[in-house]
Amino acid sequence: MNQHRETYLKIENVSKIFGPRLSMGDRILRAAIRRGPPPSLTAVSGVSLTLAKGQTLGLVGESGCGKSTLGRVIAGIYPPTTGKVMLDGLALMEEGRKVTTAVQTVFQDPFASLDPRMKVGEAVAEGPVAHGIVPRSGARAHVAKWLSHAGLDPTLADRYPHQFSGGQRQRIAIARALAMQPKLLICDEPVASLDVSIQAQVINLFLELRRDLDLTCVFISHDLSVVRHVSDRVAVMYLGRIVELGETHQVFGRPSHPYTAALLDSVPRIAAEGEVLMEVKPISGEIPSPLNPPPGCHFAPRCPLATARCTAEIPSLRETAPGQRAACHHAESQLAEPERAGA
Amino acid sequence: MSPVLEVRDLRTEFFTAAGTLRAVNDVSFSLNEGEIIGLVGESGSGKSVTGFSLLGLIDAPGKITGGSVRLKGDELVGMAQPDLRRRRGRDIAMIFQDPIATLNPLLTIGQQMEMALAAHERLSPRASEDRCAEALERVGIPSARARLKAYPHEFSGGMRQRVAISIALLHRPAVIVADEPTTALDVSIQAQIVTEMKMLAREFGVAMIWISHDLAVVSGIAQRIAVMYAGRIVETGPAAQVLRQPRHPYTRGLLDSMPHATAPGQALRQIPGSMPSMMALPPGCAFAPRCAFASPACTSVPELTEAAGRSWRCFHPLDQPAQEGITS
Repeated sequence: MNQHRETYLKIENVSKIFGPRLSMGDRILRAAIRRGPPPSLTAVSGVSLTLAKGQTLGLVGESGCGKSTLGRVIAGIYPPTTGKVMLDGLALMEEGRKVTTAVQTVFQDPFASLDPRMKVGEAVAEGPVAHGIVPRSGARAHVAKWLSHAGLDPTLADRYPHQFSGGQRQRIAIARALAMQPKLLICDEPVASLDVSIQAQVINLFLELRRDLDLTCVFISHDLSVVRHVSDRVAVMYLGRIVELGETHQVFGRPSHPYTAALLDSVPRIAAEGEVLMEVKPISGEIPSPLNPPPGCHFAPRCPLATARCTAEIPSLRETAPGQRAACHHAESQLAEPERAGA
Repeated sequence: MSPVLEVRDLRTEFFTAAGTLRAVNDVSFSLNEGEIIGLVGESGSGKSVTGFSLLGLIDAPGKITGGSVRLKGDELVGMAQPDLRRRRGRDIAMIFQDPIATLNPLLTIGQQMEMALAAHERLSPRASEDRCAEALERVGIPSARARLKAYPHEFSGGMRQRVAISIALLHRPAVIVADEPTTALDVSIQAQIVTEMKMLAREFGVAMIWISHDLAVVSGIAQRIAVMYAGRIVETGPAAQVLRQPRHPYTRGLLDSMPHATAPGQALRQIPGSMPSMMALPPGCAFAPRCAFASPACTSVPELTEAAGRSWRCFHPLDQPAQEGITS
């Protein structure tokens, strides 16, 4: 949408590898008995992307695809194993420490992200006071402001999290993140644990705040309909790699990666005439273990378009249409399929 | 054809220190052979407790305080536990949301399946193993006989749910209660399981109650839909009709609040407020405080209105056809 706006977030070749932490003794022992390096899990592999100011990037994929890990690397919670994250031209982390408060996160489960023994007002004030964004004397007013921004009655600041419903708690978590006055907000499955009717309220709040505060957002979700609704651009992940990246209407309307197409086909929908639409062609097989991913294109073993080349050569993320990129040797065959209705 | 399962005015209450909570309130529906009904509602609507009540799986402080559940003509409410145990698993079985919690981590899949078999049938070890392997094959588990010796942790989430489904199908029950069976699974696996269960239900003639919060999933598998709110069924009818032209404002609200009902980036049409506490339900229609159509009449409980295979509990049923809102 906002093509001309400057880049705010830039991710360069970010990988995150998790491995067991070995003591010196273990290392010596392993070397002595000539065992190779211990198994490691590549959660995110060579991800590069940029996001313009004020835009929202949707990050989608199934469990274990690395979307949350990537979110946490962008949020400065995990240091990347390789590569770097830049915000507005400045490094997010220096020497393994986050050096900015411009990025904040809203997590999935507001039951786990709020301290049950802390009054919600204290929880919201904690960060801004610690970072000197507001003086302690101004904390109450700051809390009241952000609670009401999040659609809560500021007089509830002296209550504890258990006195709130799930939807209200997620509002508190949003107020808590926004009270830090971030420029970039990472939302990791913010509505996944909420009921449909409450989910709609929280999405509306998100849309409203994003507009009023001119926030840049990364919205992580397994729910494609939610992502389609809130994102300007979408990145689809599979086993640690971005397999498709593009404008939301392109990715949903004309996917150029067979995994994206299969994922879209798996989503149950209610058709216009209320007709049953779930005559889907499910993707065969399951996601392979990230500890031992298949060679070449990770999706090849489940892919209807796979050829010998797919298991031999890792496809690079290349332009398949203006503004749309996919990591697939056969993207052209996928693109040749008719456009999807309702996208 | 007489229904295999007939539920009349079922009422389940929980007697807690804080007061009495009526989780299931005068719930009625019936199920024909091979039919799949979707029981839809948000958390706390009573849909799961309804499912548990059908199998008599309600523990203190909960109690089924009224109504009737007839399975192939036999009354299950008030049936003695040993008799009920003889029916459970054989005539009516249940599949739960989380197969990790329902399978015993210390026993192999084969041992658990054989126990389930032995509960109702006497079979030689050989015949028993054959039956189990065959059951696993039916739900699409490759090299089934070898997998009988595997433990639950050796299966993925989707495969574990398939095992749970195969156990539920072992005795070819007349009715299966499936409580959010795909909620914990990824969409691609969900699509596989839904497709398979539809096929199995058709093949075995099993009637199913598919409990879910997700209208879209239910629309793909159920022939009929029952929408629950605060312990009551507020609307029932053929799936396509209920989704195309809901009569109850709550059903309309649920459909409208789904993201695909609104153009991308636009504010969703949300239902204001939240579900009332079951301890302090408003008098009359529990949805009235959130309802745009509420009137003074709504302070009394609306009677069930039935017409042309559909029913609803509302003084102000919607009648105009939906123009938009349920397009995908």
